[in-house]
Amino acid sequence: MARAVTTQHKTIATVAAWIVALLIFFPILYTIITSFKSEQEAIQGFNLIPSGTFESYTEVQAQSGYFKFFFNSVLLSVGSTILALLVAIPAAWSMAFSPTKRTKDILMWMLSTKMMPAVAVLFPIYLIFRNFGLLDSRVGLMVMLMLINLPIVVWMLYTYFREIPGEILEAARMDGASLWNEIVYVLTPMAVPGIASTMLLNIILAWNEAFWTIRLTTTDAAPLTAFISSFSSPQGLFWAKLSAASTLAIAPILIMGWFSQKQLVRGLTFGAVK
Amino acid sequence: MKLRTLTLGLLSASALAFAAHAESITIATVNNGDMVRMQKLTEDFTKANPDIQLNWVTLEENVLRERVTTDIATKGGQYDVMTIGTYEVPIWAKQSWLLPLDKLGDDYDAKDIIPAIAGGLSVDGKLYAAPFYGESSFVMYRKDLMDKAGLKMPDAPTWDFIKQAADKMTDRANGVNGVCLRGKAGWGENMAFLTAMSNSFGARWFDENWKPQFDQPEWKNTLQFYVDLMKADGPEGASSNGFNENLALFQQGKCGMWIDATVAASFVSDPKNSTVADKVGYALAPDNGLGKRGNWLWAWSLAIPAGTQKADAAEKFVSWATSKHYADLVASKEGWANAPPGTRSSLYANAEYQKAAPFAKMTLDSINAADPTHPTVKPVPYVGVQFVAIPEFQGLGTTVGQLFSAALAGQSSVDDALKQAQDAATAAMTEGGYIK
Repeated sequence: MARAVTTQHKTIATVAAWIVALLIFFPILYTIITSFKSEQEAIQGFNLIPSGTFESYTEVQAQSGYFKFFFNSVLLSVGSTILALLVAIPAAWSMAFSPTKRTKDILMWMLSTKMMPAVAVLFPIYLIFRNFGLLDSRVGLMVMLMLINLPIVVWMLYTYFREIPGEILEAARMDGASLWNEIVYVLTPMAVPGIASTMLLNIILAWNEAFWTIRLTTTDAAPLTAFISSFSSPQGLFWAKLSAASTLAIAPILIMGWFSQKQLVRGLTFGAVK
Repeated sequence: MKLRTLTLGLLSASALAFAAHAESITIATVNNGDMVRMQKLTEDFTKANPDIQLNWVTLEENVLRERVTTDIATKGGQYDVMTIGTYEVPIWAKQSWLLPLDKLGDDYDAKDIIPAIAGGLSVDGKLYAAPFYGESSFVMYRKDLMDKAGLKMPDAPTWDFIKQAADKMTDRANGVNGVCLRGKAGWGENMAFLTAMSNSFGARWFDENWKPQFDQPEWKNTLQFYVDLMKADGPEGASSNGFNENLALFQQGKCGMWIDATVAASFVSDPKNSTVADKVGYALAPDNGLGKRGNWLWAWSLAIPAGTQKADAAEKFVSWATSKHYADLVASKEGWANAPPGTRSSLYANAEYQKAAPFAKMTLDSINAADPTHPTVKPVPYVGVQFVAIPEFQGLGTTVGQLFSAALAGQSSVDDALKQAQDAATAAMTEGGYIK
């Protein structure tokens, strides 16, 4: 009887999970479907079967070179992630292994900066970027993306590091390991799964960031978010082209997410049951 | 061998010297069909000006507006040419944020620019932006449905006729709505339409002393007529419909009439995308016999920010993109129907253009029927037909647009919406120092 109930629960949970997953994924799926329609098909109401034309992809590529934007997206998301890890690993290490009375408050304060609407600091940030000559620069944007995602990266790494027994680090110290060696040769290898999932999540967040990447770039540093934005038209129905541009922009990160889903899920649920 | 080396060296040196000398200008623009076409045709410009390179930044309209406003206000210097509208030009020119365009060249023929359009882009007689394409608004209607209703659309209809025709054309069982109008909230969305419409009802945003006028009967008449018309003959969910949503409805044969931008004519008459391409007629925007029609005036224009270091190159480009030569270039490559409309009188005198664009005459008549310097029946202290050219209007216009959109959706009454609009406008005008 108990087994029957468990099986029934499992079935219900599986069906519910599939429904939720489909609901979440459907807008993306419909965008992909629409990208293979002609413009006329795209506006003719709901239709799941496209004619299969590649017209929109050809036009999108002809109108604005995709690869320049793609290259910038890769550079910005990977670059900002490396920068974030360089700052966050020592920060999380000190908070996890040498906590003070105020550590929790500092962590909360860091997280609270994520709650501020970005537009509130648009002008000051724009002026800082202008004065330092960082407008439309990849370096400037990498730093900006690093700062935006730093609270989450520190939080995630802090959670992982807390799971590592402090005694192991103590043992390393007893063996004469310097601080640098302790972090690089003892802590980091033990936290590789955690660092990897943090890295993946940060790459996704940086890849999808649209507010600053559109507002602080013009031509040289513009990533794929600016590429999509350029296909939105106030006068004219270019839904198929917009869908093709969106598909091209999300495809790399979608593929990366698919292959690394195990690490991502593990990373996001780590410590959840404690 | 020596000679070859020397030649190669000289060539490399001259290439380097050229590269060092080449100036690149950055142009911010929107993704409208005409703008995209311009980007494809720039080889003509770069061939004639090999020392100037062009970089394009194409953005969604609202993002573009925010980006260029931030840049120009902070003197960021990110753009050398900006695509802006008739709303921004007088405000920015008065702030000295734009350079006057007085070096457009001897053969530019600035006098050929349609006077109503040039007027909206000038301050103290100086042109601060060159129009790339201009538009007014007019009635696009289905000739077949009009015939079926036993009516004939006059060239200059009244609002009463529009109501009568809409009632007769509405056939909800077959998915046909008598009329499709903007309902989506925004100063450039429903408020562009409603402000232009209110002009023909004798309403105005402010009196001569900047006192808001939403408590006057003219506004009540405007909004009540609009809400009643849309409830009886408009599409479902009209409060979410902007230009693109109504364009989709009209192209699918779901609207008897659509009153919107003249630039839409080229979309609805394009058999590639419109199922009703051969059944569309055009008429002037409606009036109420008070001397003003309900049509607006807008021009996407190219302007040069005062902070640019490359003013000469930028002005050369602006001159090329808005010249008669450019219209000829488009005609030779893509046909006359695709020439940028609404900017030059000579285009409308061109027989080939008239033949290719059956809506040409009505577009020109609509543009000429709008007067941005005297937009209303009663006198006003502002310029602008479907907007008020003051910095506060973007925020206030959107707030009022939200109130009117809610009235259309049935979330509030017309009286409530007008009262709240009056309060919001009074607060904004007081805060801005216009009234005490």
